[in-house]
Amino acid sequence: MAKLTFKTDKCKGCGLCVDACPKGLIKLANDKINQKGYHPAAITDESACVGCAACAMMCPDCIIKVER
Amino acid sequence: MAVVFDKPHALTDVPMHYCPGCTHGIVHRLVAEVIDELGIEGKTIGIAPVGCSVFAYNYFNCDMIEAAHGRAPAVATGVKRSDPENHVVFTYQGDGDLASIGMAETVHAAARNENITIIFINNAIYGMTGGQMAPTSLPGQVTQTSPYGRDTKHCGFPIKVCEMLSELEGPEYLERVTVSNVKNIVKAKKAIKKAFQNQIDGKGFSLVEVVSTCPTNWGMTPQNALKWLEENMLPYYPLGVYKDRSAKEETK
Repeated sequence: MAKLTFKTDKCKGCGLCVDACPKGLIKLANDKINQKGYHPAAITDESACVGCAACAMMCPDCIIKVER
Repeated sequence: MAVVFDKPHALTDVPMHYCPGCTHGIVHRLVAEVIDELGIEGKTIGIAPVGCSVFAYNYFNCDMIEAAHGRAPAVATGVKRSDPENHVVFTYQGDGDLASIGMAETVHAAARNENITIIFINNAIYGMTGGQMAPTSLPGQVTQTSPYGRDTKHCGFPIKVCEMLSELEGPEYLERVTVSNVKNIVKAKKAIKKAFQNQIDGKGFSLVEVVSTCPTNWGMTPQNALKWLEENMLPYYPLGVYKDRSAKEETK
């Protein structure tokens, strides 16, 4: 069980974290738009996350904080 | 709960102006993580280039200087020589900056084995000016100024910076890395850390070339750009250590 915090306002919706997650847990939130006008990344099932931080390492804008 | 991953201290909170999926952000973070880990934020001076990363001085918490186009290694030389014991000096340059207008500064800084660290971002295109052909553009690559693909009859061949500099006696450490996936990012960080450590140990000129993407000017999604990088850039720009003089001397 890990905790992911997204700085949603800084997300540019590039989707690199979506591909990086080995469990496929991250999706771009198509029902939300942040202040930059992008669909921000969000985690779908936090209980399944092991906190490997692959998404955070791939994020070009450093918006993901991972706690475990 | 323990924090496994967070923004490094040496990176500011300013939102980066880079396009979505641009790997500049990843390399910025790796440099900042290395500065944090070595505990050198207070004595590090970064030299920002001209190009997409021109605003790098907004993103790093250490002191930064903005150099004229291509002149970052020359500025770094001056800063480093003014107080070699107390400064750690790095430049952060793109391929248009380092391999085109700044080639003379780069080659001569390497030839002098200047004790500086250079982070070189190679994305095979001029990003900031709108996607023109760069000295590192691949043969056949379509850019704004080569709409039918780079024709090597007219435009010559791409410059392989690490291979070229490795022929010189001067440079201490040359390595080419990429940030196309998590595994490569870990390797890239190791290389950048070594490049900074070399400078602290007084070993001399260390250059890390990071093969990167430009999704906007390549006209691809960030995901396809990373795929294109692995399929097209890496065969032309093979990863690896091109020169590591100290390691070579140790094995002798």
